[in-house]
Amino acid sequence: MKHRWGMAIDLDRCTGCGACVVACSAENNIPVVGEDEAGKGRLMHWIRVNRYWEEENPGARATYLPVPCMQCQRAPCEIVCPVYATYHSEDGLNAMVYNRCIGTRYCANNCPYSVRVFNWYDHKWEKPLDEQLSPDISVRSRGVMEKCTFCVQRIRRVKDQAASEGRKIRDGEVQPACVQTCPPGALVFGDLEDPESAISRLFKDPRRFRIFEHLGTEPHVVYLKRRKGAGA
Amino acid sequence: MSGENLLARTDEAQLYRDLSRSNLVTTWKWFAGAGILSLVLLWGIGVFVYMMMTGMGVTGLNRPVFWGILIVNFVFWIGLSHSGTLISAILRLTHATWRAPILRAAEAMTAFSLMVGGLFPLIHLGRNWRFYYTIPYPNERGLWPNMRSPLMWDAVAINTYLIGSLTFLYVGMIPDLALLRDKSEGWRRKLYSILSLGFRGTHAEWRRYHRASTLFAILIIPVAVSVHSIVSWDFAMAKVPGWHSTIFAPYFVVGAIFSGIAGVVLVMAVLRRVFRLERVLTPLHFDNLGKLLCMMSLIWGYFYFTEFLTVWYNRNPEEWEVFSSYGKSFLPVFLLMIMCNFVIPFPMLCMKKVRRSIPAISFASFLVVVGMYCERILIVTASLARRNDPFIWHNYFPTWVELSITAASFAMFGLLYMIFSKLFPIMAISDIKERLFHTTERAFGGASVEAIALVEEGEEEGSE
Repeated sequence: MKHRWGMAIDLDRCTGCGACVVACSAENNIPVVGEDEAGKGRLMHWIRVNRYWEEENPGARATYLPVPCMQCQRAPCEIVCPVYATYHSEDGLNAMVYNRCIGTRYCANNCPYSVRVFNWYDHKWEKPLDEQLSPDISVRSRGVMEKCTFCVQRIRRVKDQAASEGRKIRDGEVQPACVQTCPPGALVFGDLEDPESAISRLFKDPRRFRIFEHLGTEPHVVYLKRRKGAGA
Repeated sequence: MSGENLLARTDEAQLYRDLSRSNLVTTWKWFAGAGILSLVLLWGIGVFVYMMMTGMGVTGLNRPVFWGILIVNFVFWIGLSHSGTLISAILRLTHATWRAPILRAAEAMTAFSLMVGGLFPLIHLGRNWRFYYTIPYPNERGLWPNMRSPLMWDAVAINTYLIGSLTFLYVGMIPDLALLRDKSEGWRRKLYSILSLGFRGTHAEWRRYHRASTLFAILIIPVAVSVHSIVSWDFAMAKVPGWHSTIFAPYFVVGAIFSGIAGVVLVMAVLRRVFRLERVLTPLHFDNLGKLLCMMSLIWGYFYFTEFLTVWYNRNPEEWEVFSSYGKSFLPVFLLMIMCNFVIPFPMLCMKKVRRSIPAISFASFLVVVGMYCERILIVTASLARRNDPFIWHNYFPTWVELSITAASFAMFGLLYMIFSKLFPIMAISDIKERLFHTTERAFGGASVEAIALVEEGEEEGSE
């Protein structure tokens, strides 16, 4: 069964609350680096909420843009890795093999969205935080790159479940942690191979756009433009 | 006061003593110098091990500046390596009459700066201990390197260039090694006997030697040009504003030759002073290299101007943000680069007085080396620091870890050069003697020595 996973982010709904960032960190064993390291630009988050200020004070208003890995169809990160540590999976995802990575960081340089993060140190989880590490996901050592996987462990679990019950995956059955948690429901995830799915409909939405579309990376994450109007 | 004159009237034993002084005496100063450099190198190795054990977090790197001065050093050293072999090969092919005393020093410089530069891609790896994943050999991991990655092209190109330049250096040294074998004793004699491959100086051997060195000179030029093109493609192939530019390959080659010539001038000035080679390395040589340097400064300025102009006019916001950061956070580096690469050295080198004064031309060359270092800082870090998404923009400043490793790389280069000068002839004795032979022979006619020597040398290859 062929899949092509995609995500749509409705900027009309996004409030910039950052719940997606928290959910992702909890799901994917993402270390918390602390204030100092964050100030040095070394946050490990796989999804970030960009905040842009429109106009100066007073009357300044923020626009939010959640940015996970775009899972590009023509991913610039993949071709530059000298050891195939990042590759295109058959579901159209950019998969990362931590054990192969030697840390050239070329993939991160070649990613226009800068969504790849690097393990600058070995991260520690103080007791009892180590108890909450997910056993489904490896804890990455120093010197390797990592990034959003669209919660590939969840995709696999649902695939297995569906296969054992001898049925197709239902629309909305797979939900990455960020999608599941988004309070205003700004994030939608699904299979683009299924023409009936919610995500396939949103991919045809006239408000649809991609970031840095002109770079030709063909991202699997699209955005729905904010409508200007009363209360917007 | 011409140099040839001095050379032509030197008797052979004196000449040999002069040229191989570096091999004959080892002073306490040599040991002191080597000791200091070794300490710096050891410190650098210690810091590297610390970085490896702790993680790359001890550097100043961040997101989005994933490559910092470790990569700058890589480009810098590969750039320095450029002119050695290239100059030597071009001078051989064009029968430049003044080339002989420069050859060996320049070729050795290429080999050593390549050795130093080639280490940096390995030093900067996040998991250095897994570096062998990039080597193509059958293995049970089922892992083959990705030849689509410019890093792999780089590895191939640099290894080719290193092997090529070492061979070029060695082949050019064979007659000198034979000469040393004949004049030395003890372990040196044994070493030189093995290395000189039984070279006896027969006519047939000389003819083969000349043919081989011409062939090598022809073959090494495309390799040299390709190496720095490929180094530039590490950047130009990437989707990074400020990197992704078609001009990068020729621009890097020019920059490499530019900094390389400056490096050769500096190395020659040091050698001249340390090994008292004033009679061989004359102001004439510095003058000629100064002209080359002057021209390269002009070409570099032109390339920089064209690259800047297209972006300035086009105002593609992504690229323009990179370039306008040169006037903001990166202003000191930018000013230093422009001053050291063009504004100061170009007018200086236009003056014959400067080119013929060794302290002055050394100063200009030093500026160029500094300027080219700054240029690479701008290319590598500024482009990353101001890349596509303004939300993640972040500045970069190296930490003591990166600076220590950088210092160690200079120490390693110096140390390699010092050891080389103790073991091998730092001057191309046979080339100098050969030239001398031609010169004196023609001087027999009674005409002025220099004039005849200059005309004669051009026919050298054809007449043998």
